[in-house]
Amino acid sequence: MTPDDANKTGYRAAAKGGLWRWINHRLPVDTFWRSQLSEYYAPKNFNIWYFFGSLALLVLVLQLVTGIFLTMFYKVGAATSFDSVEFIMREVRFGWLIRYLHSAGASAFFIVVYLHMYRALLYGSYKAPRELLWLFGMIIYLALMAEAFLGYVLPWGNMSFWAATVIINLFGTIPGIGPGLVEWIRGDYGIADATLNRFFSLHVVAVPLVLLLLVALHLVALHEVGSNNPDGVEIKHKKDARGRPLDGIPFHPYYTVKDIVGVCVFLTLLAIVVFFVPTFGDLFLEKANFEPANPLSTPDPISPSWYFTPYYAILRAVPDQRIGALLMLIAVVSFFFLPWLDRSPVKSMRYRGWISRTFLALFTVSFLALMYLGLQPAQEPFVTMARIFAVPYFAYFWLMPFYSRIDAVKPVPERVTFHG
Amino acid sequence: MGKFPALALILLAAPLVLSAAEPAAGEAEAAAPVPWENWHAGNNVADVGSLQRGARNFMNYCIGCHSLKYMRYQRMGDDLDIPTAALSADLVAPGSTNLDYIVSSMPAADAANWFGKTPPDLSLIARSRSPDYIYRFLKTFYSDPSRSTRSDNLAYPSTAMPAVLSDLEGVKAAVLGPTKLFDHFQTVSTGTVTAEQFDGFVRDTVNFLDYVGDPSQVERRSIGLWVVLFLLLLSAFALALKKEYWKDVH
Repeated sequence: MTPDDANKTGYRAAAKGGLWRWINHRLPVDTFWRSQLSEYYAPKNFNIWYFFGSLALLVLVLQLVTGIFLTMFYKVGAATSFDSVEFIMREVRFGWLIRYLHSAGASAFFIVVYLHMYRALLYGSYKAPRELLWLFGMIIYLALMAEAFLGYVLPWGNMSFWAATVIINLFGTIPGIGPGLVEWIRGDYGIADATLNRFFSLHVVAVPLVLLLLVALHLVALHEVGSNNPDGVEIKHKKDARGRPLDGIPFHPYYTVKDIVGVCVFLTLLAIVVFFVPTFGDLFLEKANFEPANPLSTPDPISPSWYFTPYYAILRAVPDQRIGALLMLIAVVSFFFLPWLDRSPVKSMRYRGWISRTFLALFTVSFLALMYLGLQPAQEPFVTMARIFAVPYFAYFWLMPFYSRIDAVKPVPERVTFHG
Repeated sequence: MGKFPALALILLAAPLVLSAAEPAAGEAEAAAPVPWENWHAGNNVADVGSLQRGARNFMNYCIGCHSLKYMRYQRMGDDLDIPTAALSADLVAPGSTNLDYIVSSMPAADAANWFGKTPPDLSLIARSRSPDYIYRFLKTFYSDPSRSTRSDNLAYPSTAMPAVLSDLEGVKAAVLGPTKLFDHFQTVSTGTVTAEQFDGFVRDTVNFLDYVGDPSQVERRSIGLWVVLFLLLLSAFALALKKEYWKDVH
């Protein structure tokens, strides 16, 4: 079957009349399929970095489905949560599989989202006309962080309890309203049953709804402006006589079959983790969280999940807690400003000079180093190292208006290339 | 760009490296003494014989004080191939049935009074600590007449737990080095079993606790092998399909 035939199956069914036609007169199924998939043109030069968007969508579905099944057996409450998770692990048929998929899925979500975001840094995908697309993506990232944090508290292990204590206390650094705000969030004078109950509500209802809405907006914005590509060339600028981009190919079937390959490889890696190393050496499930929450016993060291540790390292690098919290906040929200910080005339790193490449490389090393340092105890030499690596981290963002403008650029080709 | 295969390689290799970091099973005691901090349990949760012996050890030596409150006798019997009759006759504690959870009959309030703290439930001890930790803990009790339990422990200093295995192992004293730190053990009196037999006893017990910490782990790995093989095959077909569709894209 050629792709053209595949595109025509919809028409043929409609021409024959019957149920398909009846439906399409009432619901634009065919129109939607054509405009969003079979006649939606994507650049033909996507490389491996372009798998992570569809994979993020896959992990979202995985988390929703496994989450629904977990909720059937999980019993929220300070007296019941920990026991019910062990009940799922031991007495629910294949409960261990559902739980490990959900816990490994949380880490997988951040792996694919970080790679998805890094793709944008590499190829300038946040630049005009994709600023709103980038902002929606960044709000998704924030919502995802909230969702992961809330979910981390639910097993009510000892790290759940102390992570919640540390993170919620950060709100206490806000001048004036801080202490009252912390109490309002917790619903008690400490992290307690009331906190756990509201976190459950937020984790299974509120934040997932927000995430789904944001993902829908992200996709609508993407299909409006079209995908960027490794060359940073706008494919809509060169069209054939029928108005189709010369460098575009229909998303379906080309990228659907390609993404299936990505999905299969991703699922293979996920299965290796879930079935053979579900705790992933203390990174995906920590030892301290197999002990029930205990307000009298602090785990040593308290460290958040690996996907938060770059920011946690920055928080701990500053002696003053309030300034530390502020810097941590800036470290996260700096991403939002990228479309306006970047003054380079070209999008892709392929056509930028050595200064931009060096700053991106330093940022990459810093992010990974801070991630490692945030997992270490708050002592020397780790604190000093975190201070050192925080400098290139912030420099990447806040010196960008200068270095991106003066950096030399190579000529961008008219059409996309396959081997940049 | 050369870094993409490298990235994929890291993602692929990470679980392998992590599992390679686990100690090899049945690690032999070398001629030169290994510092106790580096002792490894070297247990194998697929070894049903060892798990059966470990269950017996637990019921004989541990259940007086410690519970496995998330584990039912029947589940243990099914997983460890223990016939129901043998399970009821030899392993189920008096007053419990096969379907009950494995709970110590020692009253928690009395236990706290006797030992200074309630002996912890051991269902998840292999997960919250590690099998190696339990192995080191059970093997590093030494005589300390100054303490109320007459003993102390290297892996968990000032532990409230007495040296309950000393009738098997014998009693050892800690000999300090020139820096007043632990140097080596010295036998004070021998126990009822040899050092090798005691080591086997501890390994079996640790192995059992490892199993109890995650009872589905053997099943998980055997299913996982087929799932991964299936997904690899599916990936190959998906790749072939992609190549077929993409051959006209230039």
